[in-house]
This record gives sequence, C-alpha cells and structure tokens, in this order.
Amino acid sequence: MKIRIVVLATAALLVAVALSMNVASAGTAGSSAKASSATSAAKAYPAPKVPNAAALKKQYGGESITFIGDSVGGSHARDLALAKQFTKDTGIKVKVVPHPAASDASYSQLARVFSSKSSSFDVAMIDVVWPGAFAPYLVDLKPKLGKEAKQHAQGIIQNDTIDGKLVAMPWFGDFGILYYRTDLLRKYGYKSPPKTWNQLFAMAKKIQDGEQASNDNFNGFVFQGNSYEGLTCDALEWYESAGAGGFIDNGKVTINNPKGARILDQFRAQIGNITPRDVTTYQEGEAHTAFVEGNAAFMRNWPYAYSIGQDPKSSKIVGKFSVTVLPHASGKSVGTVGGWQLAVNKYSKHVDASIEFVRYMTSAPVQKFNAITNTNVPTIPAVARDRAVVKANPYLKPEIANVMRVTRPARDLKTHYNEGSKVIYQGINQILNGRPASSVLPSIQSKLNRILR
Amino acid sequence: MSTVAPPVPAPRRRRKSTKLKRRQTRLAWALLVPSLAVVAVVALYPLGKTVFQSFTDEEFLALNPVSWVGLENYKDLWNDTVFRDSIWTTLKFTVITVAFEFVLGLAIALIVNSSFKGRGVMRAVMLVPWAIPTVVAAQMWKSMLQSNGVISDAGVRLHILSEPHAWIADPSTALAAVCAVDIWKTTPFVALLLLAGLQVIPHDLYEASEVDGAKPLQQFWKITLPLLWPAIFVTLIFRTLDALRVFDVFYVFFGNRLGTQSMAIYAQSTIVGDGYVGYGAAISMAIFVVIALFVIIYLTFQRVAMR
Repeated sequence: MKIRIVVLATAALLVAVALSMNVASAGTAGSSAKASSATSAAKAYPAPKVPNAAALKKQYGGESITFIGDSVGGSHARDLALAKQFTKDTGIKVKVVPHPAASDASYSQLARVFSSKSSSFDVAMIDVVWPGAFAPYLVDLKPKLGKEAKQHAQGIIQNDTIDGKLVAMPWFGDFGILYYRTDLLRKYGYKSPPKTWNQLFAMAKKIQDGEQASNDNFNGFVFQGNSYEGLTCDALEWYESAGAGGFIDNGKVTINNPKGARILDQFRAQIGNITPRDVTTYQEGEAHTAFVEGNAAFMRNWPYAYSIGQDPKSSKIVGKFSVTVLPHASGKSVGTVGGWQLAVNKYSKHVDASIEFVRYMTSAPVQKFNAITNTNVPTIPAVARDRAVVKANPYLKPEIANVMRVTRPARDLKTHYNEGSKVIYQGINQILNGRPASSVLPSIQSKLNRILR
Repeated sequence: MSTVAPPVPAPRRRRKSTKLKRRQTRLAWALLVPSLAVVAVVALYPLGKTVFQSFTDEEFLALNPVSWVGLENYKDLWNDTVFRDSIWTTLKFTVITVAFEFVLGLAIALIVNSSFKGRGVMRAVMLVPWAIPTVVAAQMWKSMLQSNGVISDAGVRLHILSEPHAWIADPSTALAAVCAVDIWKTTPFVALLLLAGLQVIPHDLYEASEVDGAKPLQQFWKITLPLLWPAIFVTLIFRTLDALRVFDVFYVFFGNRLGTQSMAIYAQSTIVGDGYVGYGAAISMAIFVVIALFVIIYLTFQRVAMR
C-alpha cells in the first residue's frame, strides 16, 4: 500500500515537472522562433569584420568580458552574432547577458551593481536618460574614442558627455512612430494615415467595427500602457503633441495643466473602446505581437518592430503595413527620443578590451548591419543616409526622421530619474484604468515637486 | 550565649553534582555555539543592519556619505498613503486567500482521507498546481486572464459573461484575479498539511463513537475538529505569514501599478527601483511589525483555545 503511494506520488511529480517544462518550453519556443528569424536575416548580411584585429588579438586575446545587452525582438540574436564575430577576430571572449525587457528594471539592476562596486559586468547598454545618474561609475571614453565620437550625431554625444567626460558611446537611436495597416486603410476608404489623434480614434473605430465581424481579437489601436517606463515615453508624446509641455519644463513641474488633462482623458475614453481593455498592461512586446498577428490597425512603437513585421516567420502582415509620424492634437507631431548607449563599468578588470568592444559595436559598419538586419536607427548621420539603410528603414526618410524629437525630463530629475518617471507612469496608468485626470494630476505634480526639491 | 553555628559543610555528594551540572552546562553551550553563530550571521546580523539602515538616509548612487536621520523615515512612513494602501491590499489578499484555502483544503483533505478507489492517484494528482513554480504559473494565468484569454472566452460561450473581460487590467477585478491564482496554487498544500493531521487520528475513536450512535456530523465536530486542531493551527499560521509576504504573483500580474501593490512589492520597488535603502529598511521594519502582530494574535488565540 505504502509503496503504491510512493510510486504514484513520484508519477505525479513527474507529471508536474513535465507540465512546467512544457510551459517553459512554450515560452522559449516563441523566442527561439524570433531568434532564428533574426539569424536568417544575419546570414544574408554577415556581421562586419573587426578592423585591426591582429593587433587586438596580440594585446587582449584570451581576456573575457561580460556584456549586458538587448532582449527585445530579434536584438539578442543580433548581439550574439556581433559578439561571435568579435571573439572570432580578436580572441576576446564576450559573454552576452540580455537585460530585463522593462528599462526601469534594467536601471535598478545596474544601480545595484554600481552601488556595490561590482565588476560582474564590463560593458552595458544604457538608456539615453541614464548617463547623468551613472556617470560617476563609468569610464571616460574620450581619450580612446574621442575621434570616433565626432562621427555621431552631436546632440547624442552632448547627452552622453557629463562634466566633460564622455561616459557612453551612442549605439542606436530610437523615436516613437506610428505603424498602420495600408491594406485596411484602403479597404475602409482612407487615402492617408491619420494626422490628428481624433482622426486616428475615428479611423480605428471604423476599421475595428468592420474587422471584428470576422476577427474577435481585432482592435483599432495598441500602444504601451503598462505601469512602466514605456508609458512615460508614450504619454510624453501625447502631452507634447497637444501643446501641454514636457512634464517638467525649465526646471518647473508643469504636468498638471488643462491641455494635459484633456488629452489624457481623451485617451482614457479609448481604453477598451478602440484599444484592448488590457492595453493598460501592454509593454512593447504585447503591442508588437498584437500588430504583427494582424490584430490591430494602428500601433505606436519604436523602429525595432519594423523588422519583426517584415519577417514572414513571425508576421502575418508582411508588406501590408507602413510607418509615419505620430498624430498630434493642438500641437505638432513629435516622437519621444529613446535609444541606447554602450558604457564601460569603472570597476571592470578589463577596461581596455571592453573599450575595444565598444569601438567595434558603435562603428559605422556595425550600425549599418544593425539598421539593415534589425531596423535599429543609426546614430551616425552618414549611415542613416546610406541608400541600403533607408531602403530597409522607411522611417529614415526625411519627412519622418525630421519629426520633432522630445526628451524625457532626465536633466531635471538626475539621479532621481527612475523615481520621477515612476510617479508619472503610475499616475497615468491609474488614469487609463479609469480615474479622471483631474483627480490624479495634482498628486503627480506634488510628488514631482517633492523629488525636485 | 551566642553561638555562631559553624558553617555546615555541604555534603560532598551535592557539590559533586553541581560540578557535573556545570560541566554539562558548559558542554551544552559548546555544542550550541556553532548554531548560535550561524543564526547570528544569517539572521541577527541582517536584521540588525536593517534596523540600523532604517535610521539613515542611505541611497543607491548617492554621492554624499550616509548620515543618521533618527526617526525621519518612520515619520514619513506614517504619512505614506501608498504604503497604507499596500497594507490594505495585502491584508485583503491574506484574509481572502487563507479563508478559501482553509475551507477548500479541509474539504479536499477529508475527501482524500476517506477510502475510495483511486485514492492514491487522487492524492498525487492534487499536488500538481503546487509543484509548478509560482512565476511560471502566474505567467500562465496572466495570459489566460487577458480579455482575449481562455477564461473570458469560456465565460462568453457559457453565457456567464456578456462580453470578454480584462480581469487583470480592470482595478475592480484585479485583486480577485490574483487571489484566485494563489488559491488555485496553494489549496493543495493546505490539503496536504491537513491530511497529515487527519491521518494521526486513531481510527478506533470513530468506531467507538459509532457504537455510541454518533452521526457523521457529530463525529466531525466532536472528534475530527478538536483532534485536528494542532494541524489546523500550524497550517493557518504558516499560510498567513506566507500570504503577508506575497511578492511573485503580484510582481508578474501588476509590476509597479499603484493600488495593487503588496507590502513586499512596495518595499522592493522603494529599495531596488528608487534606490532608497534607508526608507526601504523602515518599510521592511513596518512589515516585520505587521507580521509580528499576526503571530501574537495567533499565539494568544491558541493559548485561549487550548485551555
């Protein structure tokens, strides 16, 4: 009797383990599909060779460094391909560790490592809003990469220069754009994408009503509405495009203003109406999944999603969508500046080998590779004008790329950026989840004031 | 005539035994030292450090040195409405989940304890939800609870729901959703603990009461429940403390969302997210106090009930 129970218990445990493995492998199946698609693109366009490799091999060959890299879409596969090429050419081993997909989680991870003066990583990708906070913990790259820095867009170099030290090198840029389904616009009689948010809401409603007859899961519009850093970026675009300012202007908190309240209430009214009700839990991944599976007419996202939409292995809408500038309300169209830099940890034991890795990763040939295989926006203007690059990245056409870029209030919040952004996205997420803007904005305003004080 | 009684020499035997006792005490201490040292390193030192930090303004990435701020953190905490909300959320979560898990777990334990065909299989299979890692299970439930997930779909098909519902996004159903997942996951564990308690109740008690003409319900109230009490007590205190410290399900479901933070989530986001180590330590101390209150309540109740 007892033996039988033991046997059965073991069997059940095995079932449970098998079940959880099943779930786990279902998770990885998705990502490996994405990874293989990216490698197939990489095969068509191989990773660039490292210049001056022989000298590097002699000097640093055999050293090994850890790189905290990207995780969204096919970006991890891109990092692996580049690291492999770098190791092959120079003999410097590179361990690639993907960072948490939510950038505020990634910030916390780095802040913790820096605070404990750890050498657990050598090179990390850092968001465009972080150089101010992390500067004391990063290596000054100016002595070795100052010449290379001159090739990049000078606005970003200034952003990455803190107290005269170049603490990070621009890797790729980002700005918010509108994705739309060309086939559906035609089907419902629209000649051009929406210019204003109200036009977008109306078009999304009409297309959704028509499409839901055959597809229950279809929605008009998806964006990043979860309570996380991405919502700060999306909401900044709503604010600036409505003439409501940039949350903090000239050192003064301005987030609580009537124009801002109006645009937030307008978006609140769309939740569950032309968006999925769950959009308030969406990050980039959920948004692009809905769009490439053909379940949305419009999407706000970063340029990386373009390559996923054009990949037949992951997308049902290849050739059926295009991109343009985001709509506006009473202001002008804008795009929130995103983008990532590469920085070297001050406590690294392999500073020189790490700088060589950064030199390679931010070089013009690699930026071209990233732009063509993974639709990352180059930070070197000459690469951004390259004909092959523009062909693969339609948002680099001047009429889209020249949109006004707006920046998050990192200069004002400094080392408290993460906390300030959290106050903003938590409050706006509450509004999207049903609270009137007028009941939430005053408390965001006072919390931000307290952080700035 | 005052005679001072000469000091009575203590009998040799007793002195000897004192010596032995002392030696034994010394040995006991010697044997205890390693475990006390381990406790000091892994429990007392971190606790002491947290207490100390809670009186400072320690901060990640801050360039100025850490300074002593006295009760400042605790004063701020007293007025912190977000923390107050997180206490309420956690208390609601704890009461709902522990109540459901206890009732359902007891019912399952009673069923599985009775003899029927396939009982062994049943006992093994019921543990499956508990064997899946919480984060994996939470992720699974999260996709099932989306408005285009299987729960809404089934609800609409069975005409229970008039339209698909976003269980996690909608603040009015968010807590119910997170409770449901915890109940699904932990009820088997509660059932297992109670089953162990049921199995030590001697069977002849039931036979004897049957001879005396007791009905099944009477048997339950007069025999099963009183004898099961020690197991129930352990189970409840265990589950309550676990529920008060809940983190993983909330983290997967809501991340940093306001209004649906548990106490542990708030402490984590303050320390790790914002980098306020000092203030976060004060929050941790407050959580410690809340949990200690529950332990005191349980122990008092136990003492009264046992009398």
